[in-house]
Amino acid sequence: MFGLNAKDTRFLLIVVFLTLATPILLQPFPESSSLAQFNAGYPDLMQKFAIFGIFAIGFNILFGLTGYLSFGHAAFLGVGSYTVVWMYKLLSYNILPGLVLSIIISALFALVIGFISLRRSGIYFSILTLAFAQMSYNLAYSVLTPITNGETGLQVYTNDPQVLMGANSPTSPHLFGLVMRESVQVDMGGWLFTFNIGYYFCAIIAILAFYISLRIFRSPFGMMLRAIKTNQTRMNYTGLNSRPYTLAAFVISGMYAGLAGGLLAAMDPLAGAERMQWTASGEVVLMTILGGAGTLMGPVLGAGFIKYCENIFSKINDGILHSWFAFLPDGIENFLVTLVHPFVGKGWHLTLGILFMLVVIFLPGGLVEGFQRISRLFRSKRVKDGPRRKDPEHHPKSAPHVAE
Amino acid sequence: MGILEVKGVNKRFGGLQALGDVNLSVKENTVHAIIGPNGAGKSTLLNCLVGKLIPDTGSVMFDGQSVLGRKPHEINQMGISRVFQTPEIFGDLTVLENVLIPCFAKRDGAFRMHAFETVAHEKEIVDRALHMLDDVNMAEKRDMHAASLSRGDKRRLEMAMCLVQEPKLLLLDEPTAGMARADTNNTIDLLRHIKATRDITMAIIEHDMHVVFSLADRITVLAQGTPLVEDVPEKIKGHPKVQEAYLGQSQHGHH
Repeated sequence: MFGLNAKDTRFLLIVVFLTLATPILLQPFPESSSLAQFNAGYPDLMQKFAIFGIFAIGFNILFGLTGYLSFGHAAFLGVGSYTVVWMYKLLSYNILPGLVLSIIISALFALVIGFISLRRSGIYFSILTLAFAQMSYNLAYSVLTPITNGETGLQVYTNDPQVLMGANSPTSPHLFGLVMRESVQVDMGGWLFTFNIGYYFCAIIAILAFYISLRIFRSPFGMMLRAIKTNQTRMNYTGLNSRPYTLAAFVISGMYAGLAGGLLAAMDPLAGAERMQWTASGEVVLMTILGGAGTLMGPVLGAGFIKYCENIFSKINDGILHSWFAFLPDGIENFLVTLVHPFVGKGWHLTLGILFMLVVIFLPGGLVEGFQRISRLFRSKRVKDGPRRKDPEHHPKSAPHVAE
Repeated sequence: MGILEVKGVNKRFGGLQALGDVNLSVKENTVHAIIGPNGAGKSTLLNCLVGKLIPDTGSVMFDGQSVLGRKPHEINQMGISRVFQTPEIFGDLTVLENVLIPCFAKRDGAFRMHAFETVAHEKEIVDRALHMLDDVNMAEKRDMHAASLSRGDKRRLEMAMCLVQEPKLLLLDEPTAGMARADTNNTIDLLRHIKATRDITMAIIEHDMHVVFSLADRITVLAQGTPLVEDVPEKIKGHPKVQEAYLGQSQHGHH
C-alpha cells in the first residue's frame, strides 16, 4: 500500500494511529490526581510535538542519512515563521498561502546556504552553517527590522492591508474557516481530553512528512545518501557526484524546517528572531541524536522527549516538590526537596543534559536503540522458552535495518 | 590504437620527478600489468588515469577522449572502474546495497533525484546485482553488513561493484597488497575467472610477480618514473633491464 511493503505499511499505520490518538494517550492521569501535571495532552504542547517532530524528521534526512551535521537549521525555521506572518499581514489569516510559501522560500534559502556550505565537509561544514544561521539571526534583529520588526517580533496589526480579509473572516489563524485554536473538550469520568483543530492540522502534516521521509529512506536516492555517509571516495569512483545529492538532502531538510517554522506561526501568529538563534539549531541536533540519528522514528521520539521535558519538568516548582514529599518527616522532606530542586523547574536543562549524556554513552543509537534492545530481550526470552531452539553457535550478523 | 593511450606524461612533485615521459598503450580485451619497484611512480600514474592527479604535461586518452581535468565520477561514467589497494566499499550498507549503488550509477548517471522510487521495486537492477553476487560467490552474504566481511570478501565485493558496471577498463591498484598467500590465490582465481568469462580490459598495478605473471598479457616495467620495457610476460622474466631495476633496488636494501 502507498508504494510500501507490508512491514512499512504496518509501521506507517501504527504511526498514524499514535499521532491521531495523541490527545488521549498523553492524558493518562485523571484531572484530580496529583500526577495530572504529567499529562501532556494540551493543545499547545501537542502542537509542539508535531511541529518539532517535522523539524527533526527533516533534519534527519540530512544528518541521519548523509552525516552532514548542520548547525544552522533554525534559520529556516525563522524564515518559515516570518513568511507565514507576512502572508497574514498582506492577505488574510488563512494559513495555506503562507505555509506553501514558507516551504518555497526556505527551499531557496537552503539552496543558497547549502550551495556554499557544502563546498566543505565535516566540522567546516558545521561551522559554515552555524555562521549563516547566526548571520540570519543578527540581521533579523538589526538591519532587516523593516521585514522582521526586530526585537518586538513580527505580528499582525490592525492597519495591515490583509487584502483577502472578508467581513466575517476569522481574526486568528485558520484554514478556510477552521480556526486553529479551537478545541473540543471531552470530559470522561475525571479524564479531560482536548481535541484541538490546530493539533490535528499539524498532525496530518506530520504524518505526510513522515510518509515522505519513509519513502526517501526506501528510495535509491536515500540509499545514495547513506552511501555518502559511509564512503565518499567509493561514491565518486562509482560514477556518482556526491555534491548534488548532499545539496538535495540539504534543501529537502531546509524545506521541512521552513514548514515547521511556518506551522509555529500558524498556531500562534508571531515570529521572532530568537527562533533563528543557534540554541534552536542545537536543539534539533539534540532531538535527532537523542532519538536516534538515521532511524525513522528516532527524531520524532527525540523531539517529543525534549519538548516534554521542557514543558513538564520546567513546571515542577518547590511547592509541588513539597507536596510530593509531604508524607515524610520535615527534615528528610526538606533535604529531598533541596536535592531534587536543581533538576526541575528552571533547572530542567540539567536533567536533559544528564539524560543526553547517558543516552550518548550507553545507547549510541539513541532511544530507538533502547527500545530495540528491550524488544530483543523479550524476543530472545521467548525463543529460549520455545521448544525449537536455534543453533546457539550460529548467528550470522545481519545488517541492522536502517529504519525501525 | 589502444583503448587507453598515455602519451608523454610528466609529473613533478617539487624537486621529485615522479613520472618522466611515460608512454603507455593498453589494448582492448587484454590484461596489462604495470610493475616496478617501490617509488617507481606506479601509483602516481594510476592517479593520473582516474582524475585524482593532473599531469604537468602529456595526454591521457581513453576511448578517443581525454580524461585530463575530469573528475573521478566523470571518468567512471566514461567507462573506467577502479579497485583500490585497500578495498573501498560502503561499510555501513549491506552487501547487496553495495552492488546496487553502482547499478544505479550506471543506469541513472552521476545524479538523479529518484526519491520517490523504491529500491525493492527496481526488479531489473536487483536481479542484475544478485546475479553479479552469484558470480563472485557472495550471494548468501547479500544481507550482511559490508564492514563485517573478511578482507578477502571485501576485495571480492569491491570487484563485484566494479564489474557490475561492465566497465570498458578496469584499473586494479595492487589488488593483493597485504594479503595472505591463500587470499592472494583466491584473488588471482577470481581475476582469471573474470578474464575468462567476459570481454574486459584490465590494467593492473602490482608488486607481486606471482600475480602479474599468472594474469598479464603484456607487462610494462616502470622504474624511477619512466617505462623501461614493455613486452609479453615470457620475455619480461629474463630481461636484463628488469633484473637490474629490481636487483639494483634490493642491493640498496629497500624495505
